[in-house]
Amino acid sequence: MDIRQVSGDDITRQILEFLSAATGGTALAEDQDYIAEGLVNSIQAVELVTRVEQRFGIEVEVSDLDLDNFRTAGRIADFVRRKRAAAAPDTRDG
Amino acid sequence: MDVASFVDSVRADVAGWDRAGGLPSAIVPTMATGGFLAADLPRRYGGADLGQRDLGEICASLGGVCSALRSLVTVQGMVAAALLRWGTGAQRAAWLPTLASGGNIAGFAATEEGAGSDLGAMSTTVQGHGDDVVVRGRKLWVSLGRLATVFLVFGRQDGLPVAVLVESDRPGVVVEPIADPLGLRAAQLANIRFEDVRVPAANLVAPAGFGLSHVAATAVDHGRHTVAWGCVGLAAACLEQAVQHTARRVQGGVRLADHQLVRAVLGRAYVATSGARQLCAHAARLREQRSPSATAETVVAKYAGAAAAASVSQDAVQLLGAAGCGPDNPVNRFFRDAKIMQIIEGSREVGELDIGEFALRTAGPDRTL
Ligand SMILES: Cc1cc2nc3c(=O)[nH]c(=O)nc-3n(C[C@H](O)[C@H](O)[C@H](O)COP(=O)(O)OP(=O)(O)OC[C@H]3O[C@@H](n4cnc5c(N)ncnc54)[C@H](O)[C@@H]3O)c2cc1C
Repeated sequence: MDIRQVSGDDITRQILEFLSAATGGTALAEDQDYIAEGLVNSIQAVELVTRVEQRFGIEVEVSDLDLDNFRTAGRIADFVRRKRAAAAPDTRDG
Repeated sequence: MDVASFVDSVRADVAGWDRAGGLPSAIVPTMATGGFLAADLPRRYGGADLGQRDLGEICASLGGVCSALRSLVTVQGMVAAALLRWGTGAQRAAWLPTLASGGNIAGFAATEEGAGSDLGAMSTTVQGHGDDVVVRGRKLWVSLGRLATVFLVFGRQDGLPVAVLVESDRPGVVVEPIADPLGLRAAQLANIRFEDVRVPAANLVAPAGFGLSHVAATAVDHGRHTVAWGCVGLAAACLEQAVQHTARRVQGGVRLADHQLVRAVLGRAYVATSGARQLCAHAARLREQRSPSATAETVVAKYAGAAAAASVSQDAVQLLGAAGCGPDNPVNRFFRDAKIMQIIEGSREVGELDIGEFALRTAGPDRTL
């Protein structure tokens, strides 16, 4: 599937699926703070970054490292949408 | 100098380094000139833009002669990888070229008395003071700790995990050499005390909260890969020693290699070494493709590499008999170093847990992401 065609809801769903699998099949809610609950280990944290980058065609930079971007599946999805909007030529400033 | 000529040039010296418990200081510029330090960095940061497979082959060659040399490449690569991934533009420009040139030697300071496999239990503190931060804590088992000019230190700032670069010449950095460890004896191991060491806040790498899950994890992921390859080289060198010895040594009128019991050991050692090498090559390929499973497959490669190093070195000592126990025999040193590989960069047991977890979820729904 072309990454540009992944719809907003798909993003949330796919992130939830990965997080649920990574956390041993826990059914995570979109707003569940999996970091505070210690549900993801560091191997999975690195993997999550790479997965999000590859799947949604964005690059996670150090300036994006804000706990608020990553705490929950919903926030990751918001972050991905923002990154993709910023990268899209038709919405770029100036 | 290519890596093959380099290892040939030091082969006669490495047993002495092991006995003396240190590397000669001239080794750093020699290795930097050879392009072995942080070699996978992009050229704009002074690296050689080396692919992961080529980096692995360098580590295998080094691991086949001296794990302390491989360790130097590992730690330098770990800190470079963390800064390349999570450093700011200014941090990358300031530090990376010095790591590639050997102008700085890096130490990775994570382990503490109460925090080994569970780094989350670390108690080192990093406190903000205006434009500075103050680092306080004691780190154990820092490879190259006596040689390092800069440490990537992990601690907590207001409870959140942080990573901070601390130059070794800052007041309050106290280096306590570790004498006579079991293995990696030439790796200049040290415990490092940070007694209220002030560094600019600009030395913090990534925001608070990401010190372990992102900065340390990126570094250790890179370290596992180079250790895995180093283990393959170590295992291959042990197999070679075992083959050469058993093909020549005659007891009771029979070549050792002509006993079925001996041949079976050689066969198993061959499979272990070759299997680990293929897993390393697989991990290197996934890393080059930036595949999401590269991190987990690197754990697999390191686990198999360390297992091969430990089993093949043990077999080699057994097959060489007393000769393998001699002071200058390489398998003596390989045997001691190999045990270390099952403890560092994620111990054998922690590796099994991580790989088991990976097995569970790769059969599951995450394949869609
Ligand atoms: C030669 C050498 C060089 C090193 N270099 C560095 C360095 O450069 N920087 C650095 O920060 N650290 C370094 N270390 C430290 C190394 O990373 C730690 O030794 C390692 O993380 C394991 O921690 P530990 O020794 O405290 O063992 P522990 O964590 O106390 O483990 C002890 C044993 O218990 C097992 N165990 C632990 N947890 C579990 C579990 N959940 N389930 C089952 N078994 C478990 C382990 O597998 C191990 O066998 C080095 C160590 C050595 C020996």
